Amino acid sequence: MAAPTTADPNRLATSSRSPRSRLAQSGFRVAMLLALSVAIVTLAALLIQVLVEGWPRLNLDVLTQFPSSRPGTAGAQSAIFGTLWVMGVVIVTCIPVGIGAAIYLEEYANPNRWYNRMIEVNIQNLAAVPSIVYGILGLAFLARGWAGLGTTVLAAGLTLALLVLPIVIIASREAIRAVPRAIREASLALGATEWQTIRRQTLPAAIPGIATGSILALSRAIGEAAPLLLLGALTFVTFNPSGLDSAFAVLPVQIYQWISRPQEEFKVLAAAAIVVLLVMLLAMNGTAIWLRRRYQRRW
Amino acid sequence: MSTAGTFGAVRPLSRGLAVRRPRYGEMAIKATLAACAFLSVGTTIGIVISLLEPTIEFFADVSVVEFFTSTEWSPLFADPKFGVLPLVTATLVITGIALAVAIPIGLLSAIYLSEYARPRVRNFLKPTLELLAGIPTVVYGFFALTFVTPLLQDLWLFGEPPGIYNAASAGLVMGIMIVPTIASLSEDAMSAVPRSLREGSFALGGTRLTTSLRVVFPAAISGIVAAIVLGFSRAVGETMIVLIASGLQPNLSFDPAEAMQTMTSFIAAAGQGDQPTGSTGYKTIFAVGTALFVVTFAVNLVSIRLVRRYRQAY
Repeated sequence: MAAPTTADPNRLATSSRSPRSRLAQSGFRVAMLLALSVAIVTLAALLIQVLVEGWPRLNLDVLTQFPSSRPGTAGAQSAIFGTLWVMGVVIVTCIPVGIGAAIYLEEYANPNRWYNRMIEVNIQNLAAVPSIVYGILGLAFLARGWAGLGTTVLAAGLTLALLVLPIVIIASREAIRAVPRAIREASLALGATEWQTIRRQTLPAAIPGIATGSILALSRAIGEAAPLLLLGALTFVTFNPSGLDSAFAVLPVQIYQWISRPQEEFKVLAAAAIVVLLVMLLAMNGTAIWLRRRYQRRW
Repeated sequence: MSTAGTFGAVRPLSRGLAVRRPRYGEMAIKATLAACAFLSVGTTIGIVISLLEPTIEFFADVSVVEFFTSTEWSPLFADPKFGVLPLVTATLVITGIALAVAIPIGLLSAIYLSEYARPRVRNFLKPTLELLAGIPTVVYGFFALTFVTPLLQDLWLFGEPPGIYNAASAGLVMGIMIVPTIASLSEDAMSAVPRSLREGSFALGGTRLTTSLRVVFPAAISGIVAAIVLGFSRAVGETMIVLIASGLQPNLSFDPAEAMQTMTSFIAAAGQGDQPTGSTGYKTIFAVGTALFVVTFAVNLVSIRLVRRYRQAY
């Protein structure tokens, strides 16, 4: 009991309350709060700047007019429809493949096999490859070269689908992994096959998480401009896409085009279009959060 | 009921368990799902092939020595010069500014969220911080050009004030953009440090400050380094902010007030120019793209390794 201690607890206690230590503690607290407020104030400044700058043009014209060389009457209708078309391609191609890959990795793959480990590292790596590199892939394989699709809705959608595929896979895997083992075991014990178990038990339980992750992945794709610039999406498009092989404009590229014009009016228009883009993103993220709150179960 | 009857009932069942009938439908489904997973490997192979072939052809036209040592970059002019150094230094200057902003802000925020904040404050601050990650980069570019650059022009303290296009504004905004990457990954790493380590430190009389900095921070260091490495790779690969805010002149300079072109903004600008397939101008896109891909690929692998290590530790 009376073993000699190396440090006198009272002395330690006073040292942590010494003026110098207290100064360091409150100094550190101030530094942390300062860091957080720099980030949050910048976010606020960004949102206010966009609203204030775009205010004069925040009317229905932005939604209903087509791009034009006269900033006063130009709008982003073709870009909004182009964005919807491209997102349609991303949804149809990326989400089934992403969920399929996630099911394979979580339910079938033996993690001790080298090729399964390679897939895993590969997916993590792809998630961090710069988006412009996907643009190069799209340019070389989809727009020109092998597939030769040209600068079309399909080429853009497939490029963005490859870009966000790792995000869908990673999110879906997490959702599938969260389903308790016991549910699968009970289903298998009752004589269901592996696929019946996945189809009727695991997937329905994981769907809210998968949906949340997929929406977040889509909201990444909807704001991407760089890879599409490389495909040649900067052309002046004054019509809505008519099909998968149609030329297109998308909102972020349209915004970039307006920002890079010298006239101040186009910057105002760009800000108004940014508001439209941010509202779309807000709606998507709001849905994701609502889905998570409403349906996600904790086991 | 005779014993033979019982056996008769049991035997087919036991045989059914022993001999597995192949289920072709199940196998087909498994194969389809595996194909989905292998598609991701196909993407990587596709990227490598799409980069490699034009890059090899590029270096048939241009000497490797000129590419890496010459200081002039004007590949699309009538008298082309192929020195990639100005693009590399511009990338490093802007990435450096971005990390100088993002590392302190990101790490201090992470420590606050993980060690100091009460749950209610945390539940408000964390999603707010993550909003920064959801904003499209073209919007950050707009913000840099129309808000941060004029602000810098007014507040510049030393030397020539920056022009409309400058590295400083792009770097600062990029720094804010990667704060959530660094903050949330480091916070995950710090939250994964076992409670007992903190309790041990408190029991020995450690304050919250010493516990955070001398116990939790070192224990989470590999996760924190991975977060910073990932932030670096995002900064190097970011395109729209630099394309909009830092200009399109290749410029071998370390002065953040000057306009400069990075590797990514060169690729994006050259891609817009609609280079004819097979021309040297078209191939430069791929040569610079290869350099970018190699750097980010190497850095990402380091980051993935580090994350693995800290996950194994606890």
